[in-house]
Amino acid sequence: MAIRFTLNGDETTLDVDPAKPLLWTLREDIGLPGTKLGCGAGLCGACTVHVDGVATRSCITPVGLIEGQSVTTIEAAGADPVGRHVVAAWCALDVPQCGYCQAGQIMNATAFLHEVPEPTDADIDAAMAGNLCRCASYTRIRAAIKDAAHKAKEA
Amino acid sequence: MARTSLSRRGFIAASLLAGGGVAFEFALPLGRASAQGRDAAPITAFVRILPDNRVVIGGKNAEIGQGAKTMLPMLIAEELDVAWDSVTVEQTDADATIYGAQSAGGSRTTGREWLPMRQAGGAARAMLLAAAAQEWGVPVASLSSAQGRVIHDASGRSAPYADFAAGAARQTAPDPASLTLKDPSAFQIVGTRVMGVDTPAITQGKPLFGIDVDRPGMLHAVLETCPAVGGRFVSANLDEIRAMPGIEHVVVIEGDGQAESLLDGVAILSKSWWSADQARLALQVEWDTRAVEGYSTQGYAKCAAEALDRGPEKTVLDKGDVASALDGASQRITARYAVPILAHGTLEPQNTTALFTGDAIEIWSPTQNPESGRALVAAALRLEKEAVRIHFTRIGGGFGRRLMGDYMVQAAAIAAKVPGIPVKLLYSRQDEFRRDFFRAGAWHELDAGIDAAGRLTAFRDHYVTFGADGAPSRGAEVAAGIVPANLLADARIEQSLIATNLPTGWLRAPRSNSLGFVLLSFLDEVAQAGGRDLPALLLELLGEEARTIPGSGPREADFQTGRARSVIEKVLVLADWAGRGGLESGRGKGFGFYFSHAGYFAVVVEAQVRDGQVRVPRVWAAGDVGSQIVNPLNAEQQVRGAVIEGLGQALAGQEITQVDGAVEQANFDTHPFMRIDAVPEIEVAFVPSDNGPTGLGEPALPPVVGALVNAVHAATGTRIRKLPLREEDLV
Repeated sequence: MAIRFTLNGDETTLDVDPAKPLLWTLREDIGLPGTKLGCGAGLCGACTVHVDGVATRSCITPVGLIEGQSVTTIEAAGADPVGRHVVAAWCALDVPQCGYCQAGQIMNATAFLHEVPEPTDADIDAAMAGNLCRCASYTRIRAAIKDAAHKAKEA
Repeated sequence: MARTSLSRRGFIAASLLAGGGVAFEFALPLGRASAQGRDAAPITAFVRILPDNRVVIGGKNAEIGQGAKTMLPMLIAEELDVAWDSVTVEQTDADATIYGAQSAGGSRTTGREWLPMRQAGGAARAMLLAAAAQEWGVPVASLSSAQGRVIHDASGRSAPYADFAAGAARQTAPDPASLTLKDPSAFQIVGTRVMGVDTPAITQGKPLFGIDVDRPGMLHAVLETCPAVGGRFVSANLDEIRAMPGIEHVVVIEGDGQAESLLDGVAILSKSWWSADQARLALQVEWDTRAVEGYSTQGYAKCAAEALDRGPEKTVLDKGDVASALDGASQRITARYAVPILAHGTLEPQNTTALFTGDAIEIWSPTQNPESGRALVAAALRLEKEAVRIHFTRIGGGFGRRLMGDYMVQAAAIAAKVPGIPVKLLYSRQDEFRRDFFRAGAWHELDAGIDAAGRLTAFRDHYVTFGADGAPSRGAEVAAGIVPANLLADARIEQSLIATNLPTGWLRAPRSNSLGFVLLSFLDEVAQAGGRDLPALLLELLGEEARTIPGSGPREADFQTGRARSVIEKVLVLADWAGRGGLESGRGKGFGFYFSHAGYFAVVVEAQVRDGQVRVPRVWAAGDVGSQIVNPLNAEQQVRGAVIEGLGQALAGQEITQVDGAVEQANFDTHPFMRIDAVPEIEVAFVPSDNGPTGLGEPALPPVVGALVNAVHAATGTRIRKLPLREEDLV
């Protein structure tokens, strides 16, 4: 079945099983492997993308549900004005350890900063608690989100 | 050993001599370079200089997030004397004959590579200078270097390394022992805060990991194995699965009965992993589980309690006369502890891509231990080891899980069923919990004697863990050199074993991650019973005078009491330690010290307990891992990660349970890891000492759990003797 949506700014039409999770559509049918499988059940956040700007767990989102919507993945995170600051802060503070969860962390943080541009520690903890970092890079995730918020405000 | 120069396929390889020393063979990778036809002259197997004077350095070790892919090239670049921003790091393939050891385990990389990697850089620099000396007709001793340039002070002449790269590649390789390496005071890269070399690519979602490997014509595979580990395949509705849409192949994998290599399974292959995994939902397999279905969590607890009641099967360590010392003590303290089975939960599920071509196999794998995997794959497919080619990928978390080569063998066995077609095997999260090599459970009965002044005088530990035929299972052993047994005249460690069908393995700081909790909590009990403070009790045991206590085996580092004292004293200052008390009700501080993987770490944890909920607002950690922190930016993360992992083991509810031989947990909801909202402020301090640098992936973890439960005791008076900590234990 043909499904149409906007992917990282481009109109996309795909003939794909509408039940197939967006995660696997991105990885297998579109060739964007930045979005990662962690748990397959919406429990870890490694697969987070934006659907119409909302942080969404792509591993449990059937691609059929995003017909007509706009999807942004980590590959285009830097094209977003807030995402650009988030990516820069992630590098400046060297947040990643193994790095596997970080696409999801960056996407979740970017959507969150659009919603709450000047977050407190408690805001950050509440917004980011769904994203597991098995290496526990959390101290720097907190710091990087604040850094990005600060830079985005200055910009 | 014979030292070759300009050998056909050159390399620097470190090999352990019979006498225990390390020797280096050094030459040039001429064969490799000409075969690749690059426009850059390779100078040693690790260094290439590009025409624009940029430098490509090979990162030879597995990168699991411990920073080796950045840290080892930093060592090379330092002695090569180039600017770090002119360096590009490339992951090498896995080939011990060229690169030497490439595993990531036991926090051994730093100690093992500190000298050879600097020599690799120094050798390349020496060859560049020798080439420049020839070209300019000046003595090599009159030349110096800086920032990737050769300098002739007398004439004021200087030129970039690139001008001499081709000449350098023709030089005879120097004897590494003849090289003069930099004095640490001259380091310009080592000791600075260097961003991970893959960090920009990670933040852009570039394909770096094993899961991202893509080969032309590749099929994706899922592998179903018996829920009760070790169950044998009997039959399945294979034809029904074969007829499902998108399914290319369904194959039965006949195992050898060893989880370490290959267990029975059914593999489903498709052009889409999701389609293969969907088809698995319809797969019905009959397994023969008779040999494994008797194992359960309740059964282990019962067997362990019986073993503790019965007395030890074996004595591992027996110093002095423990029985008399305990009898003669003015007070005896006895307690039983239990430590649960844990899973690794690497966030990147296990995977490997394999292409079998009849007489050889090519493998792309996120492995911590490529040579072990190579040997297992070769044995399983009856190939020569040389016929197994392994490409490294970046690794989405290791924690010891990927020291095992089972998933490489599984991928190879599946690929061998479809020669000529690349196959990527990827686990689901459920597979991860079904096919882990778990941290072993442990049950201890401890016994201590103190004198009238509260000093520890005798110590006995009877521990029960998994094992068979007198040998504890993998990662379940007790080191005989543990504190306090190594500091006492009268100490005994005893062992009994119970059976399991679960394969066990190495989880970050193996053995110590379990013992740290048990020993430090029990020592706190001993201190409390004698009216003492735990750090004071330990400092007294260590003594004022620094001494070295030899390790209990060839792989155990010697224990230096002075280094232990230094980190303990440091953390007490950091945490403003004034005993456990002095805090308002419901708050307490706990202390822990542990020596493992050649590293010394002391921590203080502050806990706040309210309505059965434990919150940790702050942790202080002080560590001694030698004279030099190679990359402080990464080092701090390693310690914080270890601290949070330790806290999570106790507080997040981690415990693997079993019924009928099968693991009950299948995802992060039932085996949780700590999340950001529970993460404390963590202050990290390194205490440098006059010792060679050693690794940092593991040694900060073991003292954390003990310090935490000691803090909970300080806050509430409740002694936690069984993990994980449950709300009902505290209300």
